[in-house]
Amino acid sequence: MPQRNIVEAINSALTDEMQADQRVMVLGLDVGKLGGVFRTTSGLIEKFGSERVVDTPLAEASIVGASLGLALAGMVPVAEIQFLGFTAQAFHQIGPQLGKYRQRSRGRYHCQVTIRAPFGGGIRSPEFHSDAVEAQFVQAPGIKIVMPSNPYDAKGLLIEAIRDPDPVLFCEPDRLYRSGKAEVPDGAYTVPFGKASLVREGDNVTLVAWSAAVELCLRAADALAADGISAAVLDLRTLVPLDVETLCTQVAKTGRCVVVHEAPLSAGFGAEVSATLMEEIFYDLDAPVMRVGAFDVPFPAASLEDHYLPSLDRVVKAVKRTMES
Amino acid sequence: MSARAVVSKNRPVAMQRQVLQPDGKLVDGAQPMEEEFLLEALRWMMKSRLYDHRVIGLQRQGQFGVYSPGMGQEASIVGSAMAVDPARDWMVPQYRELMASVHHGLPLEVISSQYLGKIGPARIPEGVKVLPTQVAIAAQLPQATGLAWGLKLRGEDSVVIAYIGDGGSSEGDFHEGLNLAGVTKAPIVFFLSNNQWAISTSRRVQTATRSFALRAAGYGFDGVEVDGNDVMAVYAATRAAVDKARKGGGPSLVEATTYRMSFHNTTDNPSRYQDPKDYEEAKTRDPIERVQKYLASIGLWDGKKDEAWTEELREENDRALKLAAEAQPPNPDDVFANVYQDPPLRIVRQRSELAGGQR
Ligand SMILES: Cc1ncc(C[n+]2csc(CCOP(=O)(O)OP(=O)(O)O)c2C)c(N)n1
Ligand SMILES: [Mg+2]
Repeated sequence: MPQRNIVEAINSALTDEMQADQRVMVLGLDVGKLGGVFRTTSGLIEKFGSERVVDTPLAEASIVGASLGLALAGMVPVAEIQFLGFTAQAFHQIGPQLGKYRQRSRGRYHCQVTIRAPFGGGIRSPEFHSDAVEAQFVQAPGIKIVMPSNPYDAKGLLIEAIRDPDPVLFCEPDRLYRSGKAEVPDGAYTVPFGKASLVREGDNVTLVAWSAAVELCLRAADALAADGISAAVLDLRTLVPLDVETLCTQVAKTGRCVVVHEAPLSAGFGAEVSATLMEEIFYDLDAPVMRVGAFDVPFPAASLEDHYLPSLDRVVKAVKRTMES
Repeated sequence: MSARAVVSKNRPVAMQRQVLQPDGKLVDGAQPMEEEFLLEALRWMMKSRLYDHRVIGLQRQGQFGVYSPGMGQEASIVGSAMAVDPARDWMVPQYRELMASVHHGLPLEVISSQYLGKIGPARIPEGVKVLPTQVAIAAQLPQATGLAWGLKLRGEDSVVIAYIGDGGSSEGDFHEGLNLAGVTKAPIVFFLSNNQWAISTSRRVQTATRSFALRAAGYGFDGVEVDGNDVMAVYAATRAAVDKARKGGGPSLVEATTYRMSFHNTTDNPSRYQDPKDYEEAKTRDPIERVQKYLASIGLWDGKKDEAWTEELREENDRALKLAAEAQPPNPDDVFANVYQDPPLRIVRQRSELAGGQR
């Protein structure tokens, strides 16, 4: 089977869907000749032409707002926001508009729109480029939130997103874009939303993560194994819908849980995971659920990002604390 | 200064103000800058280009952060900065016009240290009327309008100059910022560097209008289009707009037509999207050579002078870069610096956790 990194997996998903469905189009900043700043849309304009692969003016609100309108007209837009931090410039078109359109129209209209956006720290990006703001969109009901962590999921989840009748925010971990290849089939396949994936088995504690933090948790599990602690790693894959069942079953098995995310700690999605576990399986917990996130300050200068982001050391320490209680 | 039609490959025909032609000859009847002033402008333009070359080299060796050079745009950068008064006027930058901020009083070592990831040493010194570089495109414009409006309310004798690109002109913040400036008659000059590119996106993608300057009419103030590679024309047009704002005449939009003679930033590869012929053509309109040719024609410039200045300016830049490199490196604790005046307790605890204390 062909090996692909995340960039290639995304490119392959877009290519397959554009080939299969004439209505699918890609729009955003620099997605055409340049192929996107990370090259995820490389070669698409050559294959599908500039009517379906569109370099837009530099205006995020219009990219998203126009995608909503394009969808109403019967197109299937896949919009790219160059960096997730710049969804701020489009927020009113995402949360209050895309997320509410079905409801506002009493079900008359729906918006089959996918918004793709790279994000995350660790690559020394300039200001605003690294912000992990996924939890902000969880507070905008009506939107599904997809956070792939590996090439296979990236392709399958993106195809699922493009085919979903409702709007999907698809967040891509830029730090992992080219970090490794995995088997990714040619041709379309889907990975369903709302199905968490146990990427590593373990008996003592469950590390819960999504996107690039999964990779960090896998490294932490290795480090913990050396200390005789067996850690499972659960990749949520989608925050909305949240796979409550797998989450609870898995954490109940180990009795201990640490949630890890790149976003600031307070009101990050880790809080939702922790609260859900409290409500659902309180009596199966052997220790308080712990969270490891970035600190509650704005993303700092790139020179300081290693100190700001959750580190291997902080994850390991948190696990050891849960093991002690 | 006279208006003439200029045809360039990457843009339609437009009326641009020009003083000095690309061949170094004055436009018929145009009034040149005073020689001293022009020499000063040339010095700053050369400094800007030499700095770009130097730090791109450093970046390639991993000794400088992601950087967007001003190459090709030096006349716009310097001509606009020379039109405002560092003692009373405020400058609101984007990120490419670095040397304009330096001209306005921001020490070169300070802004350089920002690109080296420094924190304390990159703080804008008290009294320097420059705002931080802005990476969120066009976000600076409503802020600049508010600043100008506030200065007017406070009865200050100040004008604001705010920079924006051709790409930035498409953002909602551009429209909202300029519209509000028109309504409040704020003393502000919006300086739009139309360098034909927003990363890989041609200016033709940004707007269907023939000229960005035309948009000013929709906001109820004046817009002028100027040859952005002609430092004399840029200075004259910006200066007129600044004087008007200072006299209570309200905002202006100056569109400087220029060309980005380099990559978008040090992570970019223009060969994927740019026709090399466009670059070659832009070189014939080089803003620095144009002034040197003119000065040579009146006996004020030659190869020897060029060598001497280049050497001097390189040393000057290197001194600043050395200071920046030697300045205090960032400390992990700086993650928590300057977020709140009185940080909430939870953050104080996180701070001590990072320092190795108990959480
Ligand atoms: C709101 C926002 N969207 C996207 C970006 C990514 N980006 C950085 S620079 C740039 C192009 C800017 O072009 P222009 O305004 O013409 O300025 P120039 O770089 O040419 O000086 C883009 C799209 C950003 N920094 N901010
Ligand atoms: Mg530009």
